[in-house]
Amino acid sequence: MEDYVIEMLNITKEFPGIIANDDITLQLKRGEIHALLGENGAGKSTLMSVLFGLYTPEKGVIKKDGKEVKINNPNDATDLGIGMVHQHFMLVDIFTVLDNIILGSEPSKFGVLTKKEAREKVLALSNKYNLKVDPDALIEDITVGMQQRVEILKMLYRDNDILIFDEPTAVLTPQEIDELMKIMKDLAAEGKSILFITHKLNEIMQVADRCSILRKGKYIGTVDVANTSKEELSSMMVGRDVKFAVDKTKANPGQEVLKVENVCVKSKIHSNDAVHDVSFNVRAGEIVCIAGIDGNGQTEFVGALTGLDDISGGKITLCGKDITKKSIRYKNTHGMSHVPEDRHKHGLVLDYTLEENMILQRYFEPDFQKCGMIRKGEMRKYSDKLAAAFDVRSGQGAKTKTRSMSGGNQQKAIVAREMDRAHELLVAVQPTRGLDVGAIEYIHKEIVKERDNGKAILLVSLELDEVMNLSDRILVMYEGEIVGEVDPKTTTLQELGLYMSGAKRDNGKEAK
Amino acid sequence: MEEKISFFKRPAIQTLLASVICAVVGIILGYIALYIINSEHAADSMKALLVNFFKFRVVKGPLLMKNFGSFLVKSVPIILCAEAILFAYKAGLFNIGVAGQYTVGIIASIYCSLALGWSWPLCLLAAILAGAFWGFLSGCFKAFFNVNEVIAGIMLNWIGLYICNIVLGRPECMNQSKSETYDLAANNPDALLPGFMQEFFGNNKYISIAVPLTIIVAVIILIVLNKTTLGYELKATGHNKDAAKYAGMNAKRNIILTLVISGAIAGMAASTIYLTGIENFKIASSVPGMGFNGIAVAFLGGLNPIGAIIAGLFVEYISLGGQYVDYNYYSPEMADLIISIIIYLCGFVLFFRSILSRPGRVKVNANAEPDDTATKAEEKEV
Repeated sequence: MEDYVIEMLNITKEFPGIIANDDITLQLKRGEIHALLGENGAGKSTLMSVLFGLYTPEKGVIKKDGKEVKINNPNDATDLGIGMVHQHFMLVDIFTVLDNIILGSEPSKFGVLTKKEAREKVLALSNKYNLKVDPDALIEDITVGMQQRVEILKMLYRDNDILIFDEPTAVLTPQEIDELMKIMKDLAAEGKSILFITHKLNEIMQVADRCSILRKGKYIGTVDVANTSKEELSSMMVGRDVKFAVDKTKANPGQEVLKVENVCVKSKIHSNDAVHDVSFNVRAGEIVCIAGIDGNGQTEFVGALTGLDDISGGKITLCGKDITKKSIRYKNTHGMSHVPEDRHKHGLVLDYTLEENMILQRYFEPDFQKCGMIRKGEMRKYSDKLAAAFDVRSGQGAKTKTRSMSGGNQQKAIVAREMDRAHELLVAVQPTRGLDVGAIEYIHKEIVKERDNGKAILLVSLELDEVMNLSDRILVMYEGEIVGEVDPKTTTLQELGLYMSGAKRDNGKEAK
Repeated sequence: MEEKISFFKRPAIQTLLASVICAVVGIILGYIALYIINSEHAADSMKALLVNFFKFRVVKGPLLMKNFGSFLVKSVPIILCAEAILFAYKAGLFNIGVAGQYTVGIIASIYCSLALGWSWPLCLLAAILAGAFWGFLSGCFKAFFNVNEVIAGIMLNWIGLYICNIVLGRPECMNQSKSETYDLAANNPDALLPGFMQEFFGNNKYISIAVPLTIIVAVIILIVLNKTTLGYELKATGHNKDAAKYAGMNAKRNIILTLVISGAIAGMAASTIYLTGIENFKIASSVPGMGFNGIAVAFLGGLNPIGAIIAGLFVEYISLGGQYVDYNYYSPEMADLIISIIIYLCGFVLFFRSILSRPGRVKVNANAEPDDTATKAEEKEV
């Protein structure tokens, strides 16, 4: 008999009108790394919520070490040794590493903290699993990779032996990802069982022993990773074959569309510039990508470019016109389209319907209003046209509140809107963030189509696969400066990683 | 692909149901309060309160219609205050300053009519502008200094009140012997709002164009919010300031504009009572409750301009009913207490709505994405 540490057997969880988990079985062997793969909305989160006692399933049983258990709330899950590293870390920024690790199970005597033992335990764990951290550093001062190690230590400190990683690599550099993969393997070798939620197939191929696939709430199957391929996994996940390489011909750049000269942006946090002396150009018919680790000034730069943030120096020229000090409305109506980084904060008014969101920057145009009254018929027609052209799916068509749409469809709606508006330059920031392969493939195809139609495209992305696949030129941003320009055809992920982490920069200078 | 939503799951029906539940629960609690104080007469008193002026239906003559007219006149300002609040609320601002905007509306109405001797169109306009200006101040604080509109509103409420006491306390306005402002009908009949169907309402001389005007205002708000680019812009700013900015809207202008419009409606509310002569202003030690009751009415009306009319009529009906409670057995404050309970309950409309719209007994999922279940719902429907 197999040695399963956790079994979720025939779990069915229904919400009114829909079945989020339909007869799903997930069996986690002791000491294995088990990947859970599925598109957004496939039921991964619901399944994990069931495991953590946040939802009670209608049908199915959960077994720990072969014995049936009832998990009614997260505390039950913790008692069973189940721990989770969330996608967004649950850390207190102004606490030290040690304080964060013991938070929630602080050792104390007569109401006074006794941190000494805790410190020894943390250091021992940190040595054992090669999780290097400084227990006295403040969370806000350490890197994202280190913060993740703190999260892992938190689970180990609580003696959890079932570790769940929820999309842990989204925020890491290639080097950090390699390190994490190694840590995960070490943990598994020590007998911990790992459930690894992701939709990055490379990582599954790299570390996982087995992989279970969910699709639209249904259990599709479990495969041994050694006997499968990326292609098979992805077709199981989306239900059809998916192409990974983006089909594109050689770029055929035309006239200069965007020219950025010596742009500086003041930081909101510290006294230095968040963006310092950035200059480059984007020509019609090419995709230029700004790569870099999150938080190196990309957001601030795009803010200054699009007008969401103030610019403190330099000059921006769009199609020969100086737009440095122009309003957002002017930029919107003079050739700039912008797929924003944060679709919920900027991209959509979530409480508006799909059709209302489709005319967000155009409601004042004669096409959509007459004497100050919105032309609802035109709005509906336009929205339906875009939804059909870009395959935006929503429950109640144009009348659907965008809040109730899936992330992928929200993003497609924004992409549709921005691509359909008259523009010469498309600024796309993280256009595929949080999307599944099917949607990513689609959006990539659309972006390449844009390029081939002679539009200039500025892509800002943290996903290295996307950067490598899509762009014609790559600019790497590090600490607010462009530190290098590379050709995606000749560079390697490793070289890109060196630029991104500041270890290498152009003009021959090696960083200190 | 459109899903058929069951009757009771429709948002409009749920709002209506929630409002009715609030009203009923309020009345029941009011009854319990009466019962605790004097169990013998509780039923009679509650009945008197609910039957209200309809007891005059047995009396020959126009008394019923006359009372009905006064009821309408008194409902108008509270409805308008509710309209002012819901308009701002729909645009994402909680304009608690309606009370102060209403107060400066009183100043303008009375000062212009009594001290300056202006005719009604000018007085009405002055009240509207005064309210709008008070809203403008609160809007500027919010837009330029990021002062929360609630804080600015409360401060301006008190400033408005003290200015009101100072200005209207002057001998041009204040009848010192009666310590209230002079009767408008006797001193400047030109300033009275023109009558409206007064014969129909048993020659009630207070019924004025304010009544149809209120309905027009409600309809205009409904249209502005739902059909115009202005409403589209204000609501977008209210729902998501960042997205509005991204779309190239001028968020600062929209914030100020929202509060100016809201204040204008509140200022108008003041003139609908003080330019009809039904009431004279007395020096007050606290901000008039009208603006605050308007909040309850706005919510009871489901934040719908037409709903606010119905809710305003209901709240005013209960208020009027208070005077029919038998004061031999209950102190006069009893009426206020019952009204307060009911108005208080009105604030729970959103609470009841959330209970009604709850899909089932599902525990809150702290970890999943917020739109997780909705996402799945959508996936299934497609």
